[in-house]
Amino acid sequence: MSSRREILHLLRENARYTTEDLAHMTDFSESEVEAIVEEFEDAGVIRGYQAVVDWGAVETDEERVRATVELNVALDRETNYSDIADRVAKFPEVTSLRLVSGDYDFDLEVEGDSMREVSHFISDKIAPIPEITQTVTHYIMDSYKEQGMTFDDHDDDDRLSVSP
Amino acid sequence: MTFEPADRVDAVPPSGIRRFFELAEEMDDIISLGVGEPDFSAPWAAREAAITSLERGQTSYTANRGKRELRERIARYEDTRHDLTYDPDDEILVTAGASEGLDLAFRALLNPGDSIAVAQPCYVSYVPGAIFAGVDVVDVPTRVEDEFKLTREVLEESGAAEADALVYCYPNNPTGATMTGEELRDVAAFCRENDLVVFADEIYADLTYEHDHTSIATLPGMRERTVVFNGFSKAFAMTGFRLGYAMGPPEAITAMNRIHQYTMLSAPTTAQHAAIEALDNCWEDVTEMTTQYDRRRNYVLSRFEDMGLECFPAAGAFYAFPECPWDDASEFAEALLQSEGVAVVPGTAFGEGGAGHLRISYATGLDDLKEAMNRMESFLD
Repeated sequence: MSSRREILHLLRENARYTTEDLAHMTDFSESEVEAIVEEFEDAGVIRGYQAVVDWGAVETDEERVRATVELNVALDRETNYSDIADRVAKFPEVTSLRLVSGDYDFDLEVEGDSMREVSHFISDKIAPIPEITQTVTHYIMDSYKEQGMTFDDHDDDDRLSVSP
Repeated sequence: MTFEPADRVDAVPPSGIRRFFELAEEMDDIISLGVGEPDFSAPWAAREAAITSLERGQTSYTANRGKRELRERIARYEDTRHDLTYDPDDEILVTAGASEGLDLAFRALLNPGDSIAVAQPCYVSYVPGAIFAGVDVVDVPTRVEDEFKLTREVLEESGAAEADALVYCYPNNPTGATMTGEELRDVAAFCRENDLVVFADEIYADLTYEHDHTSIATLPGMRERTVVFNGFSKAFAMTGFRLGYAMGPPEAITAMNRIHQYTMLSAPTTAQHAAIEALDNCWEDVTEMTTQYDRRRNYVLSRFEDMGLECFPAAGAFYAFPECPWDDASEFAEALLQSEGVAVVPGTAFGEGGAGHLRISYATGLDDLKEAMNRMESFLD
């Protein structure tokens, strides 16, 4: 028996599955699928739908630069992690922000049109935040896998076209 | 003297699959639903174990019966998952695919002139394998109204009582049919009453969607008259590793090993290392692949329903076996291939009992499945 959760797995796999596709793959009718997806959207379980883009495969003169940034912070009685996260997450350049365990506190992903733009953003907007004590920026040189999808060209199906 | 095929080779007609394979190979951009193997790669951990074994230079023959370590893992796995208890010392033989195991069983446990009852439609190698062994074949055509399950009635009607052995595969290729323990009781009783041994091909045992697999060898009085075949090709997507195994009473396994040790010597060593890793650490991969197959199965069955094509709900393996809308399934399959570039296999390729049906493999990505179903639907319109 299909579960509502299965709809989430399927949409994670391919957000462009139609209601009809989802109904075919599960025990739910199309109207039930619609209702479930709507509920998930209303409850904020589904936050949005995005394409997974291999920017390296885009033929363009535009430079697209991404960096991951390690942030260390110092907390005080009035400021907690959420307060800092709220402030940092508001910048449109920030594409993801996570609190992590280990040598640093926040893992930040930043996108910009050039290395200069990303560098300036870190030095002008992020580093000066009083609670942030250290930033370490790693520019992403190439991407091989994003959101569970590999960016290789080895997916040709070389099986026999008809076999026992 | 010139080279002419031996009589037993001449006696085997060309494979129905081969014909479609050749047709499909001539065409570009086809979507093939005719592939009887997973579209997934073997789990990474198993591949990594194979690589490591090569790096360590583990490239020599293994024991004829297979690495002891692997036989122990197989024994543990079969005990845990299928309630089958076999001694790794003398009741398990590691083979180059389950197909080799069946070939060994036909040749080692039957004499020329003996006969074997074959539940059909079936995997394409059983009948040729029997012919190569000089063994006569009794066709046991299962029926769509029985959901392609073996019943006492079809066994009796087909004259299987006169045979020396019964061979079947559940979950089934090409129908996707499965049999519950309760349903197998009648088959077991028939085999005991008529003194048939059973060759149970359980290669799809871990690919079931409605109920867990039951092996006939777990039923009373059946272990001593059954050889069970399984392998790593389907559940672990390791077809190219060519690794299977047979389990049965010591006298059966010893006889099979006598041929195996002179022909194959031992199953591929690298594959055996990969298989140990697969049994130890790759069950999450099997679960994930099964989940994907189940989604695709639901998709395909639902689309057939929308098209008005009768298709009983396959409960195992990765095949759907809908009724063919035309009288001649071969003609339909050929026309569909030529017109829409979609390859399916006519049920007749799998023997009597497959007539009037098509085998659709859903070991194909959902995008391709969707496109193939769309094309099939427009072809039917």
